[in-house]
Amino acid sequence: MTDSEGGPDLTKGEGPEDAITQAAATGTGPLVVVEHVHKHFGELHVLKDINLTVDRGEVVVVIGPSGGGKSTLCRSINRLEPIDGGRILVDGKELPKEGKELARLRADVGMVFQSFNLFAHKTILENVTLGPVKVRKQGKQESEKHAMELLERVGIANQAAKYPAQLSGGQQQRAAIARSLAMKPKVMLFDEPTSALDPEMVNEVLDVMTGLAREGMTMIVVTHEMGFARRAAQKVVFMADGQIVEENTPDEFFTNARTDRAKDFLSKILTH
Amino acid sequence: MFDFSAFFDHFDEILQGFWATIRLAAASAVLSLIIGTLLASFRVSPVPVLRSFGAGYVNVVRNTPLTLVLLLCAQGLNDTLHLTFSESSSTTYYWWAVLGLSGYTGAFVCETLRSGINTVPLGQAEAARSIGLTFTQSLRMVILPQAFRSVIAPMGSILIAMIKNTTVAAAASYAEVALVSKTLLDAPTFTGGAIPLFIGVAVGFMILILPTGFFFGWLAKRMAVAR
Repeated sequence: MTDSEGGPDLTKGEGPEDAITQAAATGTGPLVVVEHVHKHFGELHVLKDINLTVDRGEVVVVIGPSGGGKSTLCRSINRLEPIDGGRILVDGKELPKEGKELARLRADVGMVFQSFNLFAHKTILENVTLGPVKVRKQGKQESEKHAMELLERVGIANQAAKYPAQLSGGQQQRAAIARSLAMKPKVMLFDEPTSALDPEMVNEVLDVMTGLAREGMTMIVVTHEMGFARRAAQKVVFMADGQIVEENTPDEFFTNARTDRAKDFLSKILTH
Repeated sequence: MFDFSAFFDHFDEILQGFWATIRLAAASAVLSLIIGTLLASFRVSPVPVLRSFGAGYVNVVRNTPLTLVLLLCAQGLNDTLHLTFSESSSTTYYWWAVLGLSGYTGAFVCETLRSGINTVPLGQAEAARSIGLTFTQSLRMVILPQAFRSVIAPMGSILIAMIKNTTVAAAASYAEVALVSKTLLDAPTFTGGAIPLFIGVAVGFMILILPTGFFFGWLAKRMAVAR
């Protein structure tokens, strides 16, 4: 597959008057829209004309082989990776360029990383309150109270005064989820949240994520955890070689995938 | 030859010289840290103009001999252009010495801090941005605190070098201990040997600097960021 068509007219952007924007203004319509998105790393074409729509409260799991562009797609949704063409809308608004506008948008999009990325010089509680205090301008007491509730919910309230390095991987990742939740995001992005964890700690993180999904959080999850996909997702997106090869419901996808590429991938991971 | 009586005869003047050295060093330490931090922020900022300014400043100042910098301040800017800080010439020379020394040391502080910024994993900045902190906020609240902690020990070395560099301020007409010693030696009435005077001043600097070194070593251990 080449993109010798030169890529469609990627820069068009139909302006703020289109249907998506209007729907978002009324609190309906899709929450995240990815339209004809392209991304290159030098010569490497890592995202090739990606289209994806995520509805409010929907949980989308993105799976596929390594190097297929899953993480890049996830990171482009809060512009940690700028895109080369197409557009991405969050809640009806196109991603702004760098600056205050972008910071404001990122505050509404939670992100959980593979390597946790908790602020190493701050305690768990300070990690969770930093955003609310500095970005949302909430009072310190109120933020701490809310932070403790969140830490309680992810099961590490007793670790609040410790530093990240003193916690296990699973605890750190749950703290990172609490840090994102503290911003009351509209959508949460998970970039392989359990890939860096010891096997015995995977479930404690997945349990928290499943709970979030049940409560109606909109989530985009890049993961290899098929169990989680079956349990919590409404949609599975299979990516390979920079393209979305198949979009399907979890049940259909795992039992009866439509494309050969997906069948091949599943046969490799599900047989043992 | 090792008769220290002359040294102790002039002990008061030498102490005053040291006091002047300490005042110069203390003000320069604070100011050079501020200048260095600003420069480092410029050099990693997303604004190209600031990045070029930071790089230009560091490359010019770091490669200019300190004596020249201080002479430029004292004789060029002060004596020739008459940019003064106060009526009193000694106060003016003091502030020019502080500015010259801090501007010079700031370039080194900047480069040290920048190498500290490079030790902070990229994920820290990404996490900071992902919760909606602006570039300046991420730098101030997440990146710089960790960068500083990783370079406390080399920063100590820079401050130690700076304390010893105060002696160059003699060239800028600031009466710190080196200038006091030279004046003493040059005076026809000074009969004692030069060597005891040098030894005395050297010991004075060791008393000043050794604790500084120990303090930074202790601080580096205490403030280390566990990853």
